[in-house]
Amino acid sequence: MDEPEELQQDPILQRLRAWDPQAVAEVLEFRGERTLVVPRSHLRRTAELLAGAPDLAFNFLSDVTGVDRFPVEPRFELNYHLLSIPNRAVLRIRVRIHGSDPIVPTVCTIWPTANWHEREIYDLFGVRFEGHPDLRRIVMPDDWEGHPLRKDYPVEGFR
Amino acid sequence: MSTTTVNTATGTAKTMVLNMGPQHPSTHGVLRVVLELDGERIVKATPEIGYLHTGIEKTCEAKTYSQAITLTDRLDYLAPLSNNLGYCLAVEKLLGLEVPKRAQYVRVLLTEMTRIASHLVWIGTHAIDLGAMSVFLYCFREREEVMKIFEMVSGQRMMTSYFRIGGLALEPATGWLGRVERFVDAMPGHLAEYENLLTRNRIWLSRLVGVGVISAEDAIGLGMSGPSLRSTGMAYDVRKFFPYSSYEEFEFDVPTRTDGDCYSRYLLRVAEIKESLKIVRQAMAKVPTFGAIRTDAPGIVPPARELMKTEMESLIYHFKIFTEGFSPPPGEVYQRIESPRGELGFFVASDGSPKPYRVKVRAPSFSNLQALSKLAEGRLIADLIACIGTIDIVLGEVDR
Repeated sequence: MDEPEELQQDPILQRLRAWDPQAVAEVLEFRGERTLVVPRSHLRRTAELLAGAPDLAFNFLSDVTGVDRFPVEPRFELNYHLLSIPNRAVLRIRVRIHGSDPIVPTVCTIWPTANWHEREIYDLFGVRFEGHPDLRRIVMPDDWEGHPLRKDYPVEGFR
Repeated sequence: MSTTTVNTATGTAKTMVLNMGPQHPSTHGVLRVVLELDGERIVKATPEIGYLHTGIEKTCEAKTYSQAITLTDRLDYLAPLSNNLGYCLAVEKLLGLEVPKRAQYVRVLLTEMTRIASHLVWIGTHAIDLGAMSVFLYCFREREEVMKIFEMVSGQRMMTSYFRIGGLALEPATGWLGRVERFVDAMPGHLAEYENLLTRNRIWLSRLVGVGVISAEDAIGLGMSGPSLRSTGMAYDVRKFFPYSSYEEFEFDVPTRTDGDCYSRYLLRVAEIKESLKIVRQAMAKVPTFGAIRTDAPGIVPPARELMKTEMESLIYHFKIFTEGFSPPPGEVYQRIESPRGELGFFVASDGSPKPYRVKVRAPSFSNLQALSKLAEGRLIADLIACIGTIDIVLGEVDR
């Protein structure tokens, strides 16, 4: 892996890689913000560890943001913005998902706030969350067709 | 939602489903709550949102970075300057821009005025929800003064768009600080007036004390922030945790309560107005009378009007900025600020083009509203009004 040396020294990254070498696929930094790219298969376990381990204690999920990189594949990107109130630390977890199989395990059971955030991503991007208790559209009408925040959805809508 | 059978004191009964909103005066906009009731007691409360969804995030992707500022005003329309600040800070972070100190202090001063105005609306509307008509009139009287200050500074009462990428839109009008000072001097007296009417009022107490209780653990899990989270004893305030716009130079306290009920959320907002007044006073002393209000970044920040008229280079930059915009390097940032309602976050992604690739607003009301079911279940319908009120939602930012 061709990551810069200083990024590999990141204590959270080292902690996660020592726990499971596969837990973090890539680490990115931009403008002082650290992003850990986690494989979809490891998302739930990594999230459980980040939220539950006393030394990490990322107990607050600020936000889940979807990004559509259409036509690049893997097309969808989910960004989980985590905050640790006890440690005053922040972290971004990113999961990349292929457009042909847009399913991600839910993190609702770890951070209940993810419920609405995941519903919003399902509504606007069409990414489904496995194990979500109430996966319905949230801002668009129930009978709406299409997912408006996808890049192949025109700003004016289909006419 | 289907009805269920519940055990009551006199046997079993079927629940009734009642639809509240989206047109209901106490839902502060267009919130719809589907209530499952056992008599007057709430068995289940399910908020349904989306009636004010205007696709602001999608629209941002079709605007240049500067044009999108005007859309942020329309998110949380009770605190437009907080939204302007959050968005501008995010784009400035993306660009790696530093804003002149004078502009930073003006930003702090005005966002704190926004907080005061927003909390005043909250106190007023919440009082009127619970039947105390006169407080509403007093609060709007004072808020009007804040609106006039905004108008004096930016030319607009509500949709200010006064903070721009790299600084401020225009030089504040002469004598504006005198007006702020008069407001800040008068405000403690007005606050005493509201508190006289409410804080020890027996009806107010019986409607709020012990109503809508939430534990710190639940509040964190549900992503609550702002006064709603601080009412449970967690002192999470973005201004202290991750200072922005020179907040680290200001002295203020973060008031917290431990009861987690509606009454403590009321007390906290009153206390926050007092803290904001402290910050405004400090900012007034710090703001230099003269100095740059915009950073010097050719091609990103528009040149001064005089330069544009006299220098070819500036004219070209002016033309380029307003026709094409500017292109930040590819990357993503997440900027959080403390809005009157809690953690307001802007996620801005750039792909190197003059339009944002993605703008996501982490609206505090959106997360806070999720807690409504927890606050209201098991309580009376009348308490639901108090619960909706004290989490202080603005549907404009919930639905976006």
